[in-house]
Amino acid sequence: MATATKMPPAAGAKPPGKTRQGRAKRKNLSAPLTGVLWVIVAIYALPLLWFLLSSFKPGSELFSYPLSMIPREWTFQGFVDAWARVDFARYFLNTATVSLVTTVLTVFFSACTGYALAKYNNKGTRLFFVCILATTMLPTEVILNPTFSVIRDLGLYNSLAGIIVPSVLTATGVFMFRQFFLTVPDDLLHSARIDGASELAIFFRIMLPLSKPILFTLAIFSFQWRWNDYIWPLIVLNDPKWYTLQVALRSIVGAENIDWPVLLGASVISILPLVLVFAVFQKYVLNADVSAGLKD
Amino acid sequence: MANSTLSPAVRPEQPGSPAVRSKSQQRRRNRYVIAPLILIGVNVVLFLVFFVWPGALGLIYSFTDYRGVGKLNFIGLANFQKLFADSTFYAALTRTFLYTVLSVPLVYVSSLGIASLLVSKATRGRTAAKVIIFLPWLISPIVVGVIWKWMFGQDFGFVNFVITTLGGGPVPWSSNGNLALMVVIFASAWGGTAFNMLLFIAALKNIPEGLLEAAELDGANAWQRFRHVILPGIAPTSFMVILLSTIHAMKEFAMIQALTNGGPGTENTLIVQYIYKTGFEQSKVGYASAASMVLMVVLLAIALIQLRFNKKKG
Repeated sequence: MATATKMPPAAGAKPPGKTRQGRAKRKNLSAPLTGVLWVIVAIYALPLLWFLLSSFKPGSELFSYPLSMIPREWTFQGFVDAWARVDFARYFLNTATVSLVTTVLTVFFSACTGYALAKYNNKGTRLFFVCILATTMLPTEVILNPTFSVIRDLGLYNSLAGIIVPSVLTATGVFMFRQFFLTVPDDLLHSARIDGASELAIFFRIMLPLSKPILFTLAIFSFQWRWNDYIWPLIVLNDPKWYTLQVALRSIVGAENIDWPVLLGASVISILPLVLVFAVFQKYVLNADVSAGLKD
Repeated sequence: MANSTLSPAVRPEQPGSPAVRSKSQQRRRNRYVIAPLILIGVNVVLFLVFFVWPGALGLIYSFTDYRGVGKLNFIGLANFQKLFADSTFYAALTRTFLYTVLSVPLVYVSSLGIASLLVSKATRGRTAAKVIIFLPWLISPIVVGVIWKWMFGQDFGFVNFVITTLGGGPVPWSSNGNLALMVVIFASAWGGTAFNMLLFIAALKNIPEGLLEAAELDGANAWQRFRHVILPGIAPTSFMVILLSTIHAMKEFAMIQALTNGGPGTENTLIVQYIYKTGFEQSKVGYASAASMVLMVVLLAIALIQLRFNKKKG
């Protein structure tokens, strides 16, 4: 660390020739590296692009050789059919309810827990920190059947609450907030205490507002996890009335003969809400410095 | 400020009369014990109800012949004995290991490579590239499965079309188990890159630029700089990415459900699918729980080995 802190002035004091040399070198590398980067971008974009463009093709064109990247005839029929066949309004409502409610609860309780773990160092909080660590190593998938029993015994089977409640505790969320609150100086806490603020008031009035960037970041992550979640809804829900999008989609994929135009349309429709959320909050996601224990 | 008389409570070193001290101790107790308890309370309850309880229940189930309803009959280690003689269980476990061993390095290399390119000042269009490469993160594992099933369709897929156009024969992506696994591995790398890439970008940005320049001045070439400056600099992140993607790969479920449904046949049934099928479709809850316990031991072993390794290195 000592060298790291000394570095900036040293770099600034360097003779200009060195940086120019560096810049020249960078210029030489610029074209090939940019080329490599964009080839990779193309590779990553291709499946999605092919998929999106296919969803605008009429059913007859989907399988007619030779395939063409751009639809010869643009149509929305796949979407129209998907919308008519799949009860999207219901699934959107279910999924949105689950995602939003879980996200609000996750963000709030992760903030509380993360703060307590960062700022109160007693036996209880230390022990609970280890417990949270353990949840990252033993994921839900390992205890599917007993968890199902627990949900059933609690009367949460076949209800949206059965998906929401177990998902509220997320190690990632707790760690994100803990990391953040560790960086908040204790002096702030002490001076608030001297001013007579109660512990909870300090948290709600000072610390929680301070953590707004983390709050947004976790909110988007949490929303994505819940929107895309499959395993919980699959074991908790039995009645198609309560199905979430992913479970409904999977039932089309699992059919004997896949109706591709409908499946493509339905899949594209299912990702639109997240694309919208991402477009709006992009900077919180792409600049996120999520640096501890990531589990969904 | 009217409450400034409270200040002794937060200054434990200040001597006070015994009465004041015990009162202030009481208050400190309230502050430092009750407040955090309130803050972590809900998550403690959730941890007990959805982690400890099912964990204990699973352990109990694994020694019974429970079928989801009715009474529990303890049958000792019979489930485990049967499990270790069950070739489909072994197949699922081996396939899971194979999948993990192949997909984790691919995810690691692709996310680190892309992150390096996105951090490098030499590349153009970094912001746009970042957004595009990030898009797969938005897509649910189910839809990722659908996309790759569509790409690699045996008779209709884009990939086989390109291969036949180039003069090759159609490749049996879905009827050959190993090829089907390959598609799953590609798909998981595609879907798993974005998030790890973000982690690596943050880690790479934290490496002091001066350190790299100093290495350059000392005559270190690009590989040496990578090997001796960058790699140690991002070691904690690397550790985390490897540990988390390993655990993630070991419990892969949704994407495979949509992509191959564990097929062809049951050849690519991974361990979580095995547990799901035996536990929910065949309602052999006791037996599935025994398999869960084995998976749990495996995951714990992986985590402990990696933690140990990390400690030794760091």
